[in-house]
Amino acid sequence: MKIFDILAGRTKPAQADLEALFGLPSAFITLEASESLVPTGEAGVCYKPAAGQSFAHTAEEMESLLGLGGGPTKVREDTDQYGFHWVVIGAGSDPSDPEALVNQVHLVNTTLEDQGFGPQLLCSVFGFRSTTAGAGGTANLYLVYLYKRGTFYPFVPLPGREQRDVATELRLGNVLAEDLKIEKDKANWMALWGLPVH
Amino acid sequence: MSRSKFQVDHGLTARMVTTMFLLGLVYAVAVTAAIFAGAAIELVVAIAAIFLIVQFFFSDRIALWSMKGEIVTPEQSPQLHAIVDRLCALANMPKPKVAVAQSDMPNAFATGRSQKAAVLCVTTGILRRLSPEELEAVLAHELSHVAHRDVAVMTIASFLGILAGLVTRMLTWGVLLGGGRGRNNQGGSPLILVELAALAFAAVIYVISFLLVRALSRYRELAADRSGAILIGQPRLLANALVKVTGEIGRIPTRDLRSAQAFNAFFFAPALTQGSSVANLFATHPTLEVRLEQLAKLEASMGRTV
Repeated sequence: MKIFDILAGRTKPAQADLEALFGLPSAFITLEASESLVPTGEAGVCYKPAAGQSFAHTAEEMESLLGLGGGPTKVREDTDQYGFHWVVIGAGSDPSDPEALVNQVHLVNTTLEDQGFGPQLLCSVFGFRSTTAGAGGTANLYLVYLYKRGTFYPFVPLPGREQRDVATELRLGNVLAEDLKIEKDKANWMALWGLPVH
Repeated sequence: MSRSKFQVDHGLTARMVTTMFLLGLVYAVAVTAAIFAGAAIELVVAIAAIFLIVQFFFSDRIALWSMKGEIVTPEQSPQLHAIVDRLCALANMPKPKVAVAQSDMPNAFATGRSQKAAVLCVTTGILRRLSPEELEAVLAHELSHVAHRDVAVMTIASFLGILAGLVTRMLTWGVLLGGGRGRNNQGGSPLILVELAALAFAAVIYVISFLLVRALSRYRELAADRSGAILIGQPRLLANALVKVTGEIGRIPTRDLRSAQAFNAFFFAPALTQGSSVANLFATHPTLEVRLEQLAKLEASMGRTV
């Protein structure tokens, strides 16, 4: 932050970095090859809803855009217990086409950003499941993208109580380090309990 | 790329920078006068510097200790930590320590000299009274204080006040006790006059710097309201929280609030109520009306499409 911003007591809202998302398809391949993990085909975009008409207008626009994108893509919406809004994309889409999913997520983001709501973006979450558990099933492992930092981290919640498998997370972080920028500061590996992404 | 929905509030910035400039001017005048007077200024400066350093480096611990705030871990307070986690991820700032004070007075404060050393403290009273969204708004306001380095800015700004206060006190003792120094001169009375003049001067400096620091504090509050509201995207929630907290504070007897009064500068809403416009001049926080008006304006500006 510049000295004048400190003196004037203001913060520039942090802008989202969207380009890093395109590194994902190669990370998907790495995860499948070395960890037998495949995307479930679902991804969630999490943002903080803002007040005002222009925001409602944007949300509507986003929905119609995704609908027009065509194909069997389904969109689900959810609001979590902290008041953050989730757009879950790709329910029922083809899990073997990760690039389409990444494009959809990028589309949602650019729509929000074009309207000036880039600062409202929190994170994107991609669901994964193990191929050893057989076909189908819901995600038990997530890749989280932090917009403001432009970094990724794995999130592995343990079933039942609010606990995470830190050992697996660290290992996956190392595995992915070549494909993606992994968040270095572990304090930013935010816990996201009860994710709506399956 | 970096498009923001919000325009910079040039008026607020101008008022704040003007206040700082005036403060610096008073500072310069005081130092010049001290050098001309050839006073034993070194001792006073040394004492004031110690005050400043202690406040600067230990403000987090002092404030926490006086409010009996306890640092809580994510396991102890998962919801509070989750809200702070998300706000920090939204604002892209390092996560401060989180503390809870066992007090029924609804309030919150942020302290610490830098973003890394920052502590965010809320009372159990505010946790009980506010909805999660309103609590988030209050935390966004406090995080803005951290981002604006308000503890550092206000500590440095208060330095002159402390200095002038000390000079006033020392000169008062000098005038009361030390007519004796003048006896070696032919005329004792001119020296007394000089000391009286210096005393008056120091007192005036003290009053002016005090008023300016208070004005600066109010502008910093408005700036934190603004940034906090922009961060959560919903100014209305912060306004709701303000109304709830201020209303509740006003109803609590003053007796319970004595221990908290000294730390008004770090609070979300001050612990004592002000009545008249004269009191407003001395206030560390803007009036509720001024704060609500600013938030209403922000909310209105969000309705516009860019």
